[in-house]
Amino acid sequence: MNLRAETMEHIDATIPRYPHKRSAVMPLLHAVQRDQGYISNEAIAWVAGKLGLEPVNVYEVVTFYPFFRQAPIGRRHIRLCRTLSCALCGGFGIAEVLEEAFECRMGETAPDGSATLEWAECLASCDKGPVLMLDDDLHENLTEEGVRELARTIRAENAEGSDSSMTGNNS
Amino acid sequence: MATITIDGQSYEADPSANLLQAALTLGFDLPYFCWHPALGSVGACRQCAVRQYRDEEDTTGQIVMACMVPVADGLRCSIVEPEAAEFRAEVIEWLMSNHPHDCPVCDEGGECHLQDMTVMTGHCKRRFRFPKRTFRNQYLGPFINHEMNRCIQCYRCVRFYGDYAGGSDLVAMAAHNHVYFGRHEEGILENEFSGNLVEICPTGVFTDKTLKHHYSRKWDMVSSPSVCSHCAVGCNTIASTRYGSVRRILNRYHHDINGYFLCDRGRFGYTFTDAADRLRRPLLHPDRERDVETVAEPAEAMKRIREIFSEATGVAGIGSPRASLESNYALRNLVGSGRFSSGLPRIEHDATTALLEAMRNAPDGPGSLRDAERADAVLILGEDPNNTAPRLALALRQSVRNEPIRADAGSRIPRWHDRAIRDFVQDRKGPLFIAWPASTRLDDLAAGTHRAAPDEIARLGFAVAHAIDPQSPAVTDLDDSASDLASRIARALKEADRPMVVSGTALRSPAIIAAAAATVHALRRTGSGGSSFLAVAPEANTIGDAMLEGAPLETLEQQLESGEVDTLVILENDIYRRLPAPATDRIISKARRIIALDSIATATTNRADVVLPAGSFAESDGTFVNHEGRAQRFFQPLPPAGDVLEAWRWIGRIAAETGTSKQNEWDRLDRVLTALARDCPELAPARDAAPDAAFRANGQRFPRAPRRFSGRTSILSHLSVHEPKPPEDSDSPLSFTMEGHSGQPPAALVSHYWSPGWNSSQALNKFQSEVAGPARGGDPGARLIPGNGPNERPSTAIPAPVPDDDQTLLAVPCYEVFGSDELSARAPAVAERIPKPYVALAPTDAEHHGLDSGDSLNLLIGELRVSAPVRLDPKLPPGLCGIPAGMPGWSVPHLPARASVVT
Ligand code: SF4
Ligand code: SF4
Ligand code: FES
Ligand code: FES
Repeated sequence: MNLRAETMEHIDATIPRYPHKRSAVMPLLHAVQRDQGYISNEAIAWVAGKLGLEPVNVYEVVTFYPFFRQAPIGRRHIRLCRTLSCALCGGFGIAEVLEEAFECRMGETAPDGSATLEWAECLASCDKGPVLMLDDDLHENLTEEGVRELARTIRAENAEGSDSSMTGNNS
Repeated sequence: MATITIDGQSYEADPSANLLQAALTLGFDLPYFCWHPALGSVGACRQCAVRQYRDEEDTTGQIVMACMVPVADGLRCSIVEPEAAEFRAEVIEWLMSNHPHDCPVCDEGGECHLQDMTVMTGHCKRRFRFPKRTFRNQYLGPFINHEMNRCIQCYRCVRFYGDYAGGSDLVAMAAHNHVYFGRHEEGILENEFSGNLVEICPTGVFTDKTLKHHYSRKWDMVSSPSVCSHCAVGCNTIASTRYGSVRRILNRYHHDINGYFLCDRGRFGYTFTDAADRLRRPLLHPDRERDVETVAEPAEAMKRIREIFSEATGVAGIGSPRASLESNYALRNLVGSGRFSSGLPRIEHDATTALLEAMRNAPDGPGSLRDAERADAVLILGEDPNNTAPRLALALRQSVRNEPIRADAGSRIPRWHDRAIRDFVQDRKGPLFIAWPASTRLDDLAAGTHRAAPDEIARLGFAVAHAIDPQSPAVTDLDDSASDLASRIARALKEADRPMVVSGTALRSPAIIAAAAATVHALRRTGSGGSSFLAVAPEANTIGDAMLEGAPLETLEQQLESGEVDTLVILENDIYRRLPAPATDRIISKARRIIALDSIATATTNRADVVLPAGSFAESDGTFVNHEGRAQRFFQPLPPAGDVLEAWRWIGRIAAETGTSKQNEWDRLDRVLTALARDCPELAPARDAAPDAAFRANGQRFPRAPRRFSGRTSILSHLSVHEPKPPEDSDSPLSFTMEGHSGQPPAALVSHYWSPGWNSSQALNKFQSEVAGPARGGDPGARLIPGNGPNERPSTAIPAPVPDDDQTLLAVPCYEVFGSDELSARAPAVAERIPKPYVALAPTDAEHHGLDSGDSLNLLIGELRVSAPVRLDPKLPPGLCGIPAGMPGWSVPHLPARASVVT
């Protein structure tokens, strides 16, 4: 596994914090995803080996949590809330704007790789809906025009290849 | 007992049970999914909802899950209360929202717990109007078919496969409405208990793939109570047939033996009964040296046998550990006990005799699988249960939880509360020690292992006995690690409430068995009341055969040599599997004439003058004596057809024909058993293993066919629309049709589990005295070996340390659950799972001989040359090599033995 030195350090420091090695599976997966942008089969086998588990036991965890990704995503990650309050405030209209702006459906990655669109359940900001998360940042009180503008910026940054961001969810 | 009130009526209930169990025991029909009597409760599916009330005043109550409520005095609840009933119907509705409703094409249809529960709750109108989620199914190997769309997410499969059976390749993946139960990727389910998924899964997700090849509905199959013929555990089974062939094997509950589960060898090995090499007609070999064979009419074969007997100077009989007690006894009676051989070579014969001695000598008689499951400290001395007695391994796997549970607060958690117990126990394991030359599939549970040569294993056993009670002789020159281990084992066994020592004939070492017996007696002397000895034997009737006290094969060779005997009658025994080929050839060629009886064509039947087609378990009635000395009757599900007869019946006919002994009346099983009881007092209780042929309920027989059997006339309609007279059965109280007593038969005669509203095998609840308890009216079988109290008989001397020897390797037998058993290996599905021939070698030895994994290794063992690819086993101690026993077409008998590497 080709992980950054800090990630390796973090992982090695994390494992001994648990009485049973296998309890470290979640933090390790987060670390790997932060480092690689997603969790590959190779990474699953690697984490399993690290913790003395069968790969399938790690696979169970990865498939259980929708926030663990098994495929690379676009440069930015957009998660739009679809729960009740946001839906009532026009969240689905925002989805249409996003789909049009990025030329892909919700759940897909834009053809230019600039972003991946996903639905999210309640992001706990119901009084300021509709709401989306752009990577780790919450964007509230969305309007269709504001979202169009946001999309333009993201695509432009992508085209320039500027380094203002990271891969995927940097939580 | 506690007094509880259900719907205004009071009942007595067991306070160690949960409310669901109690309600089912009391005969209520309360639906459930995630609870299983052997797996306990997790309260996940919400199907068993009832309304519970605080006290008499409380009329509101609350809805609770019955499987999570402990029975307690004064408990009040209602099952029929409308809101609870509606809740249960709604649970079914939502569980079914994604279910494909494909019952007509589903193998489970007609015996489906989901169907039964749906009908039970009354849910019948579907409101879900959306697309259903669908899955891709996986190839899971030759045993199990996968159809994930039918899943209702009860999680029973993974709880059985992972938590209970220790399998690691079946898991639950993903979440929400797309939970997927399967493997990481397609492939064979590795665990040797995977077949139980067929009965564990309440829907048609996991079904029997071997049945699929010749499918029939449950209600169309004619079944009988049978006993597994693939190892000495003697699991009880139901064998089901249609159109004259066996279609599947199901578990038949036995409280003390298999409980709810079988191993895959036992469940899927049955198709040997239909394999191409089955013998169905008598054969004559006019010239034994050449491969000419003629099919004969039975009368012609009998005529030839009469000639052979009239020319013979002496006839000897070779019995068999895979033939029934009746057949072996009939043969012994035909030839006389002085000329009867157990059919085992001396090396196995001596170990088996030692085992039988140890069983007779055990303080409380030999232990059962239930004892193993309840043991709280176990020493396995010279056995590899997963491969030699598979169902035992599953029982032992449960035993390691007993000590941690007993330890502290655990004892206050009800045993049925699976979630709490597992959370409480976590990774703690009670003491299980394994002494076996190589690694075993129980090693993940072991507190200590001793991987060594057979004599060293015996020495460890004697050292444990000495450490428990210094009155047992000390072992000299034991190395430090072994003596440390011995004292750890001794301590664990002494501290336990129910210590157990498991030992058997796998390494063919009387010393190991003696060491195990010495340990059990040492425990008994030092006051461990509950100590028990569990004997492991290889074949279905090894113990029964041994109890008839025949001589080893080598004695017979001498009798042939001396000319005292010149004719052999060989009963269901391929002696080429027992002795090295050159030795077998000598016996065969010294015998002037050979008569062989068998159900399958073997190297031995190929060299007989006359071959008579004997019934397999499917065409025979008979008795096997299992590893705990329990005589168990199996009944034929198939009516006798063609020339096939039970071996004991053939032998009776030979006796009548040749006038050799007064067996001419032996045309009925009960008559053979009566004679057996008269001749062998120790075996007399075998008669009571099941009711005799005259037994009736209200003057009626017990039907083999279910009450909904269909198409009796149409089965033969392409030949004739006249319904033939049903076959008669003079040997059992069963009938071959659906006519007869409609109530429950005694447990030994149960041919199917069915009860109104319960079409799946979970109807079993209605056949037990209490849920998960003994069968109604008592479990079947008769224990023959009562035990000997504290009187220990002197044991074999302690073997000397195994000397270092760089010239040769010590070849020891190792075993394969799929492959080492002769009969199941002929079943195509099992054959797919048999590993390729190999010789296991320690990496250091391999290196020493310049060999790598997969390289071909040539060994000279006595007069036998063995050649197979090397399999590196880092766990095997240097100086040993492991050779799989009894592999089809590649059997290397007569181990352990010294082997030299030839280049
Ligand atoms: S596959 Fe069967 S046993 Fe497993 S969760 Fe689904 S319904 Fe239950
Ligand atoms: S092979 Fe042995 S353990 Fe397996 S089902 Fe048959 S009797 Fe039971
Ligand atoms: S509903 Fe969208 S943040 Fe809660
Ligand atoms: S059986 Fe009680 S909740 Fe599943």
